[in-house]
Amino acid sequence: MHKHTSHCALDFPANARKIVLAGNPNVGKSVFFNALTGIYVDVSNYPGTTLDISHGRYGEDVVIDTPGVYGVSSFNDEERVARDVILTADVVINVADAAHLERDLFLTQQIIDMGIPLVLVLNMMDEAEAQGLQIDVPRLSELLGVPVVPAVAIRKDGIEELKAALPQARKGKIDPELEEKLKPLLEKVDTQAEALMILEEDQFVAACHGIKIEEKSREEIYLKRRERVDCILAQVIKETNKGASFSTKLSRAMINPLTGIPILILLLWGMYQLIGVFVAGTVVGFTEETIMQGIYEPAVHGFISRFISEESILGRFLIGEFGLLTMTVTYILGLLLPLVVGFYFILSIMEDSGYLPRLATLADRVLTFFGLNGRAIIPIILGFGCVTMATITTRMLGSDRERKIAIFLLGLTIPCSAQLGVIAGLLAGLDAGLVALYLLVIVGVFALAGTALNKLLPGKSTDLLIEIPPLRLPRWDNVLKKTVTKSAAFIKEATPLFALGALLITTMQLTGFLELAQNALVPLTQGWLKLPKETTTAFIMGLVRRDFGAAGLYELAMTPKQTMVALLTITMFVPCIASVIVIYKERGWKEASLVWLSTWVIAFLVSGVVAQLII
Amino acid sequence: MKLAEIKKGQNFRITQIPDEIIRAQTIRFGISEGSEATCVQVIPAGPIIVKKNRHEIAIGRALANSIEIEATPKQKRIFVPNEKLGLAGER
Repeated sequence: MHKHTSHCALDFPANARKIVLAGNPNVGKSVFFNALTGIYVDVSNYPGTTLDISHGRYGEDVVIDTPGVYGVSSFNDEERVARDVILTADVVINVADAAHLERDLFLTQQIIDMGIPLVLVLNMMDEAEAQGLQIDVPRLSELLGVPVVPAVAIRKDGIEELKAALPQARKGKIDPELEEKLKPLLEKVDTQAEALMILEEDQFVAACHGIKIEEKSREEIYLKRRERVDCILAQVIKETNKGASFSTKLSRAMINPLTGIPILILLLWGMYQLIGVFVAGTVVGFTEETIMQGIYEPAVHGFISRFISEESILGRFLIGEFGLLTMTVTYILGLLLPLVVGFYFILSIMEDSGYLPRLATLADRVLTFFGLNGRAIIPIILGFGCVTMATITTRMLGSDRERKIAIFLLGLTIPCSAQLGVIAGLLAGLDAGLVALYLLVIVGVFALAGTALNKLLPGKSTDLLIEIPPLRLPRWDNVLKKTVTKSAAFIKEATPLFALGALLITTMQLTGFLELAQNALVPLTQGWLKLPKETTTAFIMGLVRRDFGAAGLYELAMTPKQTMVALLTITMFVPCIASVIVIYKERGWKEASLVWLSTWVIAFLVSGVVAQLII
Repeated sequence: MKLAEIKKGQNFRITQIPDEIIRAQTIRFGISEGSEATCVQVIPAGPIIVKKNRHEIAIGRALANSIEIEATPKQKRIFVPNEKLGLAGER
């Protein structure tokens, strides 16, 4: 039998006690994590996932954070990571939202059933009180059999109490019936936690011990646990007042299409003002032009050309038009970084305020037509920031089928922020009819491609099943921390892709491929799209950076109708080389090539038909 | 009847959730076969929003169409401590 010592892929000093923070999403775990560990925190990627795990020291012990989950098992990546970390825990600090104990205590009782010593922190006691809930904390502690610490993390209430309670951590009370069921398994595995996971049909833990799961026992255990939690809560919670408050009304308004759509439009407008106007204009103008192109590039250019001629092959690769040290760095730091930070900032606010699940619910109806569920609105919104970033985010979707659809739609119809600015600028010069036609065609292509994919792809997409947490004002330190972590993770992941893209483009330029492609496309551009032949250069440049492509159109003398056709082509035309690489990385060469080729065909086909009709 | 046919404000009891994984997920959210909840919002042709105690979840239309329910009269929530769980009589 295969015995294994650790499920956890992170290494810690062997003698250190492992204190693991666990809890449902958005319960304020990170505040306690930071309070315990101070500023010296390591963040490492959990192997095989996109998730980052923070860990730090608390005295002699190691404190490890886990992703927010509703339970420990293996329904998704977050749960698998949380399971692996919790299985190795010596002590668990379980943070729960006092206003949502029905939900949160399920996890608490599960960890108790795992037989791991535990301290329960009831965070957001102020919110529970504001909602008219009275919680009998001593009684709760008695019923669960573990220390319970009431807290209001943002006011730093409860942190000293938690530190004092930590040595008191103990195994809680388990349903005697469950204890009986665990007994036979305890002889075959190392810990009660593993035994419970196997009893709850966790294939991975079972396989680690060479045990085959024969009995279906998860559901019964879950139901009993639910019953036990409800029974405990009935004895500790008293509700004093009720009534629809302002936040309940706002919550309903955000989900109801009649009011929800105007609210969404208002938010998108605010987002456009912040990202499209302020970040993409003012901030990027400063970072890209003033800093990177004005100071950084000449400096690096001057320095490198002392040793290597710019005309040499190596010189072209390093500091040429698409050089690794020039364009790539400028692009990532000067252009992408401010935009990505802006987008993640807004996304974090939406996430922490509780707007995102409401938006997903609002969007669900429309997205189900395209084989997606409401959750896919998140990558779609991110796509307007950076398609590369959005493509990576599709990992959160529930099935492979949904990822296929989302990635294709992103690549085909969503213009990224770099491009959006230029497109908006060019559209502004056209009359309203042509702008409307442009929008109609893009939305039409999105709808048609989505519907077609939903019809053609085999399998079934997952349905929306999402918790609607209470609306609350986001906490700024939390929002900033999320923004920084997510932006850093993206830049780390995307930089090699952009570098590889720059290498490919320089190679294509050096081998004459770029020119060849330009010449090959000319008949198509002139005859079929009825555009001046120089537009081909703009299209090919769009391969490198979509905004280069769009910007190239500025300089050409075109009629308004031609401009519109050119914009259509460039919007749908292949995404930038970095996002193509990410699609290859995520989906494999077969599917990625199919996506890549289809965007070419669809872009030229649709724009051509429009051109034939109107020009 | 199906959950998808519910009206806003209606109380109901869930009688059947066919999908095993969904069943496990909803138990964590506090909803299982046999449990009672209230429908607080219906998006026309879209998701159903269900509330159990203070806890809300949105359920996609197709999923709601697979969940069997029966309508129940509006009730106050009452908990009866359960002797079987070994929790009663500890006070």
